[in-house]
Amino acid sequence: MPKDYGIGASSKRREDVRFLTGRGQYTDDLSIHGQAHAVMVRSNVAHGKIVSIDTSAAAAMPGVLAVFTGEDFKDVGGNPAGWLIKSRNGEPMREPKRPVLAHGKVRHVGDAYAAVIAETYEQAKAAAQQIADDAVIDELPAIIDMKAAAADASNRVHDEIPDNICFDWGWIEDNRAAVDAVFKSAPHITTLELVNNRLVPNAMEPRASIGEYFPGTGDYKLTTTSQNPHLTRLLVAAFVMGIPENKLTVVAPDVGGGFGSKIYHYGEEALVLAAAKKLGRAVRWTAERSESFLSDAHGRDHVTKIELACEKDGTFLAFRTETYANVGAYLSNFSTATPTFLHGTLMAGPYKVPHVYVNVKTIFTNTAPVDAYRGAGRPEATFSLERVIDKMCRELGLDQFEVRRKNFITPDMFPYTTPVGLAYDTGNYQATLAKAIEMADVAGFDKRAAASKAKGRLRGMGLSTWIEACGIAPSHLVGVLGSRVGLYDAATVRVNATGNISVMVGAHSHGQGHETVFPQIVAERLGVPESSVEIVHGDTSKIPFGMGSYGSRSLAVCGVAMNKAIDKIVAKGKKIAAHMLEASEGDITFEDGKFSVAGTDKAKTFGEIAFSAYVPHNYPLETLEPGLEETAFYDPANFTYPAGAYICEVELDPDTGKVDVVAFHCADDFGNIMNPMIVEGQVHGGVGQGIGQALLENTTYDENGQLLTGSFMDYAMPRASDVPFYNVDYSCQTPCTHNPLGVKGCGEAGAIGSPPAVVNAVIDALHRGGMTHVTHINMPVSPGRVWQAING
Amino acid sequence: MTKLSMTVNGKAVSGEVEGRTLLVQFLRETLHLTGTHVGCDTSQCGACTVHIDGKAVKSCSIFAADAAGANVTTIEGMANADGSLSVIQQAFQDCHGLQCGFCTPGMVMTSAALLADNPHPTEAEVRHGLEGNICRCTGYHNIVKAVLTASGQTVAAE
Ligand code: FES
Ligand code: FES
Repeated sequence: MPKDYGIGASSKRREDVRFLTGRGQYTDDLSIHGQAHAVMVRSNVAHGKIVSIDTSAAAAMPGVLAVFTGEDFKDVGGNPAGWLIKSRNGEPMREPKRPVLAHGKVRHVGDAYAAVIAETYEQAKAAAQQIADDAVIDELPAIIDMKAAAADASNRVHDEIPDNICFDWGWIEDNRAAVDAVFKSAPHITTLELVNNRLVPNAMEPRASIGEYFPGTGDYKLTTTSQNPHLTRLLVAAFVMGIPENKLTVVAPDVGGGFGSKIYHYGEEALVLAAAKKLGRAVRWTAERSESFLSDAHGRDHVTKIELACEKDGTFLAFRTETYANVGAYLSNFSTATPTFLHGTLMAGPYKVPHVYVNVKTIFTNTAPVDAYRGAGRPEATFSLERVIDKMCRELGLDQFEVRRKNFITPDMFPYTTPVGLAYDTGNYQATLAKAIEMADVAGFDKRAAASKAKGRLRGMGLSTWIEACGIAPSHLVGVLGSRVGLYDAATVRVNATGNISVMVGAHSHGQGHETVFPQIVAERLGVPESSVEIVHGDTSKIPFGMGSYGSRSLAVCGVAMNKAIDKIVAKGKKIAAHMLEASEGDITFEDGKFSVAGTDKAKTFGEIAFSAYVPHNYPLETLEPGLEETAFYDPANFTYPAGAYICEVELDPDTGKVDVVAFHCADDFGNIMNPMIVEGQVHGGVGQGIGQALLENTTYDENGQLLTGSFMDYAMPRASDVPFYNVDYSCQTPCTHNPLGVKGCGEAGAIGSPPAVVNAVIDALHRGGMTHVTHINMPVSPGRVWQAING
Repeated sequence: MTKLSMTVNGKAVSGEVEGRTLLVQFLRETLHLTGTHVGCDTSQCGACTVHIDGKAVKSCSIFAADAAGANVTTIEGMANADGSLSVIQQAFQDCHGLQCGFCTPGMVMTSAALLADNPHPTEAEVRHGLEGNICRCTGYHNIVKAVLTASGQTVAAE
């Protein structure tokens, strides 16, 4: 019987009822008395000098209340980068100011350089068009191609950065000579040049923000689509607006997906607050989808050369990579961490390869900022590794499964320190691979391939054995590596007088189901019904300072903080029980919601203890404070390391080049599982996005920096008919060794592991069809690209 | 401004709109029925799907004035009379067919219309029928499962 309660149960999601009945409360659903509407004026050129912005005609239009330009914000702070990276030569990265509204220059199509506030949205929109018509912007040559940008010192995204290079990072620089030496004498070298395609996150809820100002107290309130309200508050208040954090409340209500794009602070958030103060009215802004395409932080966009040095039997000797990573026009908050510490540190994969060297050059271009998108750096690392390994197997005629097994770190080797600086605590890569092979019925593949062939189609099978690092930490280490924030999280467990429980968490749920899963843990630990536990999140005036949700950290960091707070509740409960039961504290045990004196039938229920804490008539007041509420912060000792093996089967039509994913098998090791239903859902969603990246999605700028894929008509989002049912297993479990829940995180796995499995399957299909001249096709593997590869 | 009236979720409603006001704006801004969402500006995402006289329609693709006199059902009108979830809504919860919930109202409305037309669809028919609705969270697996489950079929693939 599967569990129907507590940890490990597939409890149905309580949040679903409001979403299924239309009672969700997303930012744009809120209506505030007296609200005015903001519309941003966005650049329609990729690169230009702002000569003048005449706002007088717009300001005189009906309903217009205020107009802002970059001039209004030139004295406030910039939106900072969260990580300071150092170049190989020791120089700090170049960090240009990112203003609320563009000032002096516009740097990408969609860069906002003015804003209009009006009584109605339509009035604001009309006035915004007027400003666009009246502004004089001298177009400059657009800087789009990364290598050209780095080579041409005369044309600059930021005038103070001569070569458009943000930094040139080596990881680990001290490994470089040894790695080069291995390549000089290696028996075999496989080289692959690839592109990790730029993606638009496209959470279905567009970004939206509402600013309010309360003149009576001088307080501000920002309601916004954020994955991390406290982080947003810190950035808006302390860095940009220069207002004390205690005068700003940030609320992230129901948020319709994030995938990274709603981690960051965006200029519109500061704009609506400034406008609210100026007008003394609530000011709201909601992105149109086309604005999301132009101004949300995009993902990926790496151009990489990866080399693998190995023995003729496939034993890995070294990996060496050179990557150009696009950061776009400005540094978004985590844009410098994503291609470095979330990418270079994973470049050993799950393999015992002795030598690795990673070089990343990040380049400014006249495109939208690029930052973390589901997986963030780890999909790029995994794609490079798993594609070059696949290519090597084909070059040497080796079995792809055998090569993985031969090179895997074995279970007896943990803890295992990689040559790129991570210490994997535990894992069993052999087990997930064996599970995937079983799930995929690899033995029966030839029969299926023959059946496909009879229909005139080519069938291929692709493998990817991936690893990732979640719950990025500990703070002292990330501080040494350049992080400007800590990466702990926090939770407060408040037991109310009649025994029901409110838990205030720093994590934020925008689809992950925290409102259901966190109570499962509380219920299990305290022996209370799940329904008596309520999770409070997303409001800085209610929750402790936590860092929010991204990087699969909610459970592995915030969940553990909550678990620590529960420990404190139990410890205090024991003290209260000892007093009430006239026993010594050491004799009190807590189990199934009861505090008992060991070896007797004397006991108090959890509810009785809670009541006593708030009505302390019979209570040790001399030694113990009343109340039953505890807060804990948790800063993990290490990352967690989920890993797994994915096998994809595709069918390919050689006449049209169309690829269909016909089967997708995931064998994951997420450590302990809190809610299997939700874990499966997370994997489904990640794999769906990974198939999207592999086959459909591409963000294309033309040479003038115009975004050619700026709507759902041009940008191919995966639809229901583009994907199959996924086959998901999480029975291989090596619990995380350094957190008491043993959890690792599952949010990004699907998006990390799946793209190389899909592309490897396509190459396999082509090779089985005799087209061995095709060694690689860049993503998205569209029908056109496949057809060209076949026929070109 | 034009005056209009229609029936929304069984109730007679009326209001004044501009000629250019979209049905979705009328529902969200005038009637405060914010369960119907706006996910795009090109009528591609389906988050705004409602029923007009029983047919699934993207409410961003029709002027409010053109729906005058019609019988409109939104997500707020989908539960059973006693407030419990209808079969299709319950199937979405049971199958974990939603995560962030933003696409969900549109998915439910499209699925309900699909099942009304075709009470026992195949998996392929469901996937085809949902092509006008984008979900970024679920990878569609559990949405397709929910629709098949709501049709009374057991789902082989897990
Ligand atoms: S909002 Fe109507 S289809 Fe996207
Ligand atoms: S549940 Fe989030 S978009 Fe579908």
